[in-house]
Amino acid sequence: MDAAPAVEMRRITKRFPGVVANDRVDFSARWCELHALIGENGAGKTTLMNVLYGLLHADSGEILVSGRQVHISTSRDAIGLGIGMVHQQFMLVPAFTALENIILGAEPVKLGRTDYRLAERKVRDTCDRFQLHVDLHAKVADLSVSSEQKVEILKALYRDARILILDEPTSVLSPQEAESLFKMLRRLTSEGMCVILISHKLHEVMAYSDRVTVLRQGRSVACMETASTDPEELSRLMVGAETGVLAAEEGAVSPGSGAPVLVVRDLSVKDDGGAPGRIVSPLSFEVHAREILGIAGVDGNGQRELVEALVGLRRAAGSASLDGREFLGMSVRQRLGLGLAYVPEDRRLALVPEYSIQDNAILGLHRERAFARHGVLNATAARANASDLIERFDVRAVGPGMPARFLSGGNQQKLVLGRALCGNPRLLIACQPTRGLDVSAAAEIHRRLLETRDRSGGILLVSYDLDEIFALSDRILVMFRGEIAGILSREEATRENVGALMTGAAR
Amino acid sequence: MQHVFDAELIRSTFRLATPLILAALGGVLSERSGVVNIALEGMMLAGAFFGMLGSYWTGNPWVGVTLGMAVGGLLGLIHAALTQRMKLNHIVSGVALNIFALGLTTYLLRRIFQHAGGSPPVNGLPQWGLGPADRLPIIGGLLGGQNPLFYISIVLVIGTSFLLFRTPAGLRIRAAGEHPEAAAAVGIRVRAVRYLAVVGSGVLGGLAGVYLSLGQLNMFAEGMSGGRGFIALAAVIFGKWTPFGAAGAALFFGFFDALQMRLQGQTIAGLTIPSEFMLMLPYALTIIALAGFVGRAVAPAALGREDS
Amino acid sequence: MIRRIIGAALSPLAALAAAFVMASVVIAVSGESPWQSFGAMFGGAFGSGPAVGETLVKAIPLAISGLAVALGLRTGLFNIGVEGQLLMGALAAASLGFAVELPAAIHIPLCLAAGIAGGALWGFLPGLLKAKRGVHEVITTIMLNYIAFYLTHYLVTNQLKDVHTMAPQTPEIHATARLAHIVESGGLHWGLLIAVLCVAGFAFLMSRSVTGYELKTVGLGPEAARAAGISVPGTIVLAMMLSGALAGMAGAVEVMGVHYKFYDQFSPGYGFDSIAVALLGGNTAIGTALSAVLFGALRNGAVSMQLATDTPKEIVTLIQAIVIVFAGVRFFGALKAGVGCWVFGDRAPQHQAPNTEHRKRDT
Repeated sequence: MDAAPAVEMRRITKRFPGVVANDRVDFSARWCELHALIGENGAGKTTLMNVLYGLLHADSGEILVSGRQVHISTSRDAIGLGIGMVHQQFMLVPAFTALENIILGAEPVKLGRTDYRLAERKVRDTCDRFQLHVDLHAKVADLSVSSEQKVEILKALYRDARILILDEPTSVLSPQEAESLFKMLRRLTSEGMCVILISHKLHEVMAYSDRVTVLRQGRSVACMETASTDPEELSRLMVGAETGVLAAEEGAVSPGSGAPVLVVRDLSVKDDGGAPGRIVSPLSFEVHAREILGIAGVDGNGQRELVEALVGLRRAAGSASLDGREFLGMSVRQRLGLGLAYVPEDRRLALVPEYSIQDNAILGLHRERAFARHGVLNATAARANASDLIERFDVRAVGPGMPARFLSGGNQQKLVLGRALCGNPRLLIACQPTRGLDVSAAAEIHRRLLETRDRSGGILLVSYDLDEIFALSDRILVMFRGEIAGILSREEATRENVGALMTGAAR
Repeated sequence: MQHVFDAELIRSTFRLATPLILAALGGVLSERSGVVNIALEGMMLAGAFFGMLGSYWTGNPWVGVTLGMAVGGLLGLIHAALTQRMKLNHIVSGVALNIFALGLTTYLLRRIFQHAGGSPPVNGLPQWGLGPADRLPIIGGLLGGQNPLFYISIVLVIGTSFLLFRTPAGLRIRAAGEHPEAAAAVGIRVRAVRYLAVVGSGVLGGLAGVYLSLGQLNMFAEGMSGGRGFIALAAVIFGKWTPFGAAGAALFFGFFDALQMRLQGQTIAGLTIPSEFMLMLPYALTIIALAGFVGRAVAPAALGREDS
Repeated sequence: MIRRIIGAALSPLAALAAAFVMASVVIAVSGESPWQSFGAMFGGAFGSGPAVGETLVKAIPLAISGLAVALGLRTGLFNIGVEGQLLMGALAAASLGFAVELPAAIHIPLCLAAGIAGGALWGFLPGLLKAKRGVHEVITTIMLNYIAFYLTHYLVTNQLKDVHTMAPQTPEIHATARLAHIVESGGLHWGLLIAVLCVAGFAFLMSRSVTGYELKTVGLGPEAARAAGISVPGTIVLAMMLSGALAGMAGAVEVMGVHYKFYDQFSPGYGFDSIAVALLGGNTAIGTALSAVLFGALRNGAVSMQLATDTPKEIVTLIQAIVIVFAGVRFFGALKAGVGCWVFGDRAPQHQAPNTEHRKRDT
């Protein structure tokens, strides 16, 4: 093993229009080490690693691998140096098989054609060596999330990576899957590899990493042995102040009194791809007034389809009623009129970036009498509504006419939430409401959700982040393979039993 | 009606389908890499004109073939540059190139030949028999007597299919069209791949156009591509973006085109079908084919995306 | 980098300037003087009262059909079928114009309505196919152009043909269906008013109406539109019908104001000009109007140019193509860059890694 660090990045600076993503950052990681790189969303972690992997060019600074200065201008260079990266958003071609994805760009060739037999042999060798098994001939689109992740890791190992970067790998895994991932990563480090882990989950960092580097607002603020620190200190370094926000919030446990607002009976959703079986099996549950029902589960177990069915974006069988009124046969517009509000997971479904805040604020409401008469929009009312929203929800904007694309993520989310709460909805369906937001913005959204809960309607919360579920929910419904694996009250629920339900282990 | 469906109809089908096959191959190549190529029509027209011009200047049709291919490739290069470098919307770029090709060819036609409408006749491509195979009972009758581009097109269909599905280059082209970020993440230069694919599609489009002027009429007429570039695009969709599928669809369209020509002036059940309706047939058929075909789902996933 | 420079510096004038420069190169290379050629062109377009009138006459159908394209583009649809829709509308209006004779106050609106209906019908099918089957409207509208061409050709040489002549054309429309001249000399007719009304109507529709809001939303964010309860398929069909209707109206106005009949190949390619007109005008009402006047001038002047010099009038087509490119970069680039009138110091967006989870099934 070299004495020199596996990777050294010195005074790396990377600018984007209007923001300095990395500001003279120093970073180094050693061989046989699992090194965690932490920081809030937007702190510059992914940017830094993208520079290391050749997807971005630093404006200044230098990179050393094994003590030698190197110039990485494309990911090809990085791969050649033994660096591999597993991105947060998987870089896999869904239509290709696992094997094709693994060899893409490094295909073995015989007489001008791709030698798939040789490729398969080499890949299987890699699988056996590192104990990573995946159906090589399955199309990636058909693989589970954790299998996809294995394919990503195999991609790197197939190219003889010695330095492996993983960007938030556990955000899509259940607790049990995360555990087995870390076991495998530790195996890699014991074989001499250097593993760099980007994460914002402190409990993982504390449990599995050897050293940790903290980035805040583009600067590296600390680098230390994990053993010598604790979550409080780390969160303080990440945020720059004593907030204690990162520890899982205990949401106020309220009895969730009140009649059921949403009653779902035997709701099921068929696969629109024609595959047999259902994405959502007939299930039944209720959401009461003044309660937050959190739907927990690993991404891909039917939560998205369930929500789409409730909102009206997907056909479903069975029954669902709001305050006693059956709505499964209604159009989206009619359901919105009934008192249903929706904060989608994907902000593209919620906002039109080129529209002003004012125009976005009436989206979905633009046919209401308050905003339109005889087919003509009432601009004055729309502007007043937007100004009101900006003030009440503390949306940092220059004015109602500002295009929404210039709002930060957190402010966009506040706008979406504010609009959803505009008409005092009976049921608010919120999916991943704090995705991509930094800690303080996320905390604000959580606060507003809790406020809303206390007022009158019910909230159906869908999140893949267990911390969020635990912070907000009064009751927790766990989905697994399109079915309800279990419904627990907040008091009964622990990470262990919820995690077990999420992976079907409790069956 | 009996005498309509004969060997001559099959030969006609091949003749009429060849430009569609070539252009459709170009479309497959371009779209598989993620670039919509509406400009096939313009590339065909330009290929037809410059093919004619090459033969006019030198008397040698093969010079025309080369020139036509080169100009087609040049238009492809422009399309690639506009869509990849300037991030222009693929359709707008294609429409502009089509208008440009129409304007340029008509302009040059008038400047150089002084009369509107058409060029003087030029040396066209020879007809090739199959040699001794000509005497084979069925194949000789059906395949013989085509000009060389037909045989070239068969080879190209096989070649393109091999390229796309059996070689590393093909895997990378398809990756660029399905998930360019994934391709970039493993070090593939997506932009270069697309440039090559689009230039290649331009060359094929130009070749298709050369067929029109040098392979069939031995002259150039204003606007002679007549919408075939768009029909070729429909063949790409109908053929699910595969070379063999697109070629099959092109044959299908070519068949109906040949049929329409045969039926002109014929009576069916005592009614004479007006020629205009026959002429409409290919276009109407294209719409019907696209409408009946529920296949958009299988387009390359990143086709037409401007942000990659 | 280059894109950024171009995107920032471009206004429609710059796009036009670039097009003229490139066209000049083409003219010079083929042995003529660009200065003389364009001089003759502008003289022909604006050099006298009647010339200006003629320019406006050419601008009228360009403006209305330009609006047709613009409406489609704002909804995210590429209506390349304006040419065909225009033909259908023109033939419908001409047919009603010669087939019956009614008081002008009824006849004129009726013929215009026929034009609108003809165009709307021709736009409906591509809209329906796109909405229901996802068939790209570019191909279907282009196919329908060819079908319209042959269909009108057939009708005008057979059923609708004027029996008194050999030429493929309909009989002349009655005087009650004609749009009168505004001034005695020159051909400027009351179609100008219709064009102005269309421009105003378009502006109102887009900026103040619920329908316009929904059209724009579908164009800019179809997923958001759907989640907000807007019927995306319905909006697509509506947009294509409105677009076709405008194109049909343009055809009708041409027949009723200029030719007084429908004859084979009367359209000098308005359908394709209209694409350039719309893009150059940024798909806005006023922009399209001004752009239409400009292209009217180009087309009008090109004839004089061809007479005075040896430069074929197709040079305008070349200019058109270049304009589309530059204007297209601006329109779609501006759309993405969100070029608003806001100055953002520290309000610039945070650079965040994309964070979408993808759909998965746990196997």
